[in-house]
Amino acid sequence: MTDTIDEPTASGEDPAGVELHPADESTPANALAPDELVVLVPDVLADSIGDYTRAWWKRIRSGESGALPIIIGLVVICIFFEVQSSAFLTATNIVNLFVQAAFIVLLGMAELYALILSEIDLSVGFVGAVGAAIAMALIEAPQNWPWWAGVIVGLAACAVIGAFQGTIITRLKIPSFVVTLAGLLGWQGVLIYVFDVDKGAVGGVITISNNVISDLVSGNMTPWAGWILLVVLVALFGITSVLKTTRRRAQGLSAPPLSITLLTVGAVAVAGVVLVYICNLNRGALTPVEGVPWVIPFLLVILVLQTVLLGRTKLGRYTYAIGASPEAARRAGINVSLVRTIAFALCSFTAGLAAIVYASRLGSISVGFDGGTYVLYAVAAAVIGGASLFGGHGKPIHPLLGGLVIATLTNGLALLNISTAGTDIATAVVLLVAVAVDSTLRRRGRSGAV
Amino acid sequence: MTDGGPLLELRGVSKVFGAVRALNGVDFTAYPGQVTALAGDNGAGKSVTIKTISGLWEPTEGQILWEGRPVHLRSPNDAEALGITTIYQDLALCDNLDIVQNMFLGHERMRHHLLDETTMELAARKTLSDLHVTTVRSIRQPVASLSGGQRQSVAVAKAVMQAAKLVIMDEPTAALGVAQTRMVLDLIRRLSHQGTAVILISHNLNDVFEVADRISILYLGQMVAEGPLADFDRQVVVDYMTTGESSRAAAG
Repeated sequence: MTDTIDEPTASGEDPAGVELHPADESTPANALAPDELVVLVPDVLADSIGDYTRAWWKRIRSGESGALPIIIGLVVICIFFEVQSSAFLTATNIVNLFVQAAFIVLLGMAELYALILSEIDLSVGFVGAVGAAIAMALIEAPQNWPWWAGVIVGLAACAVIGAFQGTIITRLKIPSFVVTLAGLLGWQGVLIYVFDVDKGAVGGVITISNNVISDLVSGNMTPWAGWILLVVLVALFGITSVLKTTRRRAQGLSAPPLSITLLTVGAVAVAGVVLVYICNLNRGALTPVEGVPWVIPFLLVILVLQTVLLGRTKLGRYTYAIGASPEAARRAGINVSLVRTIAFALCSFTAGLAAIVYASRLGSISVGFDGGTYVLYAVAAAVIGGASLFGGHGKPIHPLLGGLVIATLTNGLALLNISTAGTDIATAVVLLVAVAVDSTLRRRGRSGAV
Repeated sequence: MTDGGPLLELRGVSKVFGAVRALNGVDFTAYPGQVTALAGDNGAGKSVTIKTISGLWEPTEGQILWEGRPVHLRSPNDAEALGITTIYQDLALCDNLDIVQNMFLGHERMRHHLLDETTMELAARKTLSDLHVTTVRSIRQPVASLSGGQRQSVAVAKAVMQAAKLVIMDEPTAALGVAQTRMVLDLIRRLSHQGTAVILISHNLNDVFEVADRISILYLGQMVAEGPLADFDRQVVVDYMTTGESSRAAAG
């Protein structure tokens, strides 16, 4: 199939393959060059590794860079910090880095729902905090609810808040920026109110004594459990990937070459082994501390759930459709208001999960929660990772990668004893560079084609 | 193919917006397996007519008959339930979704509560190849990367996929180049050969004379001429469109 990749298709200037009309030399400006058509879909056009690599490289050059630049950027940043400080690539610090990243990653995943809709939610920080504060107030003395009951109520509160904001946005047709800006102010007030009401809060702080909640981030799996979980996950991923590829081929549908699938599974397995190995090293000074922190599988579960929700359900499909063209979605018979409201509810719900992770890491949640800044980090994480501010694009992996970049910067610069001022400036530069690289690649892709 | 009764019939349909009478007692018919061109100058009432048929606006007066029975089209969903699909000028496709996803948008096939991509891709491929749109190896590319003609093809295929009995195409060839226009016209012909009724709105008389079987001409909200295209020539059509009458023609 090499010819489909490097040469114009047999049907000449008419890639849709309706009868060829040699008289029509004047290819319209909006006609698609066959070459362009091909570069967008390496996965479905290549039959061998060689083809795949070539098509993939073409796609990168045409601006559909995917996650590659951000991964390269992450590696470069890591090398830089390792050269500067030998403390950077230690087991303690790497695990610490993931733990630090978890909150921003989750908050970025929350923001992703709004970004795909071509909207923004400025309230995710405080909405999440309100939910977490409610949960903690219920779980801790004097209420002493079971941890799960408190979490359910807290997350439900978040979802209700999100649905409420989403309803205002869709029914009253007020821009999400305005509604959630009001939310940014208002829910901070509600947060303070929760601390006022809760008799267990001391000096505006609810301290967490519940083991389950604090173990979410501070607790570790036993080393063996970590390995077993890894084997199970890689096996599941490998089996489903291979089955999917072979089934598609059996149906006569195009699919990536089996070798590519196997390589992907292999790469995931290697990355997983490295991660689990590092986590299982003893990183305690006096008493041994080892094992994968629970927050890592927790993040993975949320990542998988969100990926399935956005990629494999009607709700997800409609969210992308509305983000690109609400009018097209409406004409397709989609209940646009309902889908948007649900997406805002999911956004706030995920923010609640993020804030619970935050509280678990600090062992407390305080009235001083800086939701205004965190929401900006959440947007930055999603955008650095590759989600678009213009709607219709973005996958859960994007805030994950972007959140890791931000956490790595914060962590590394702190190791170099650089002030908060320096960290803020560095994060700003990385955000700009990431977006600039992305848009430059895209623009070159647009003008380079045709 | 004219032996069967009309699929759609408008009888004395009027539409009033405040003081403006946009349609005035319009009679209009569309037959299965035939392309009916709806012609008229700007403001003649073409858009109002198709919006009435597609359920966006209810007529103020008059009757709509579907397969001989009177129907009330109160919303686009009512029209869709009957099998009426409208393909608008701006196409209403989502740029970020691929061809298969667009063709099934709003009508996704499910398996175990998840989207059944394999079934949808197979069905989409079959429909496209039935229409001789052979982008088979690349139906997973985003619609953003398609040309205008290809986008029209996807929109038409979407209508076919939903088993539309009547497809209304609003200026399908506007903004298309020569080769793309040809592609779309071929597609319209194939669509009608499959037994679908097609209503074609076009300013381009070349297109009309190339694919249409019948023509209906609106002038200032009134249907001034209707009949088999063979009874008309270009000059007569232009006369009707610009003045509402033609001294040259006996048809109408």
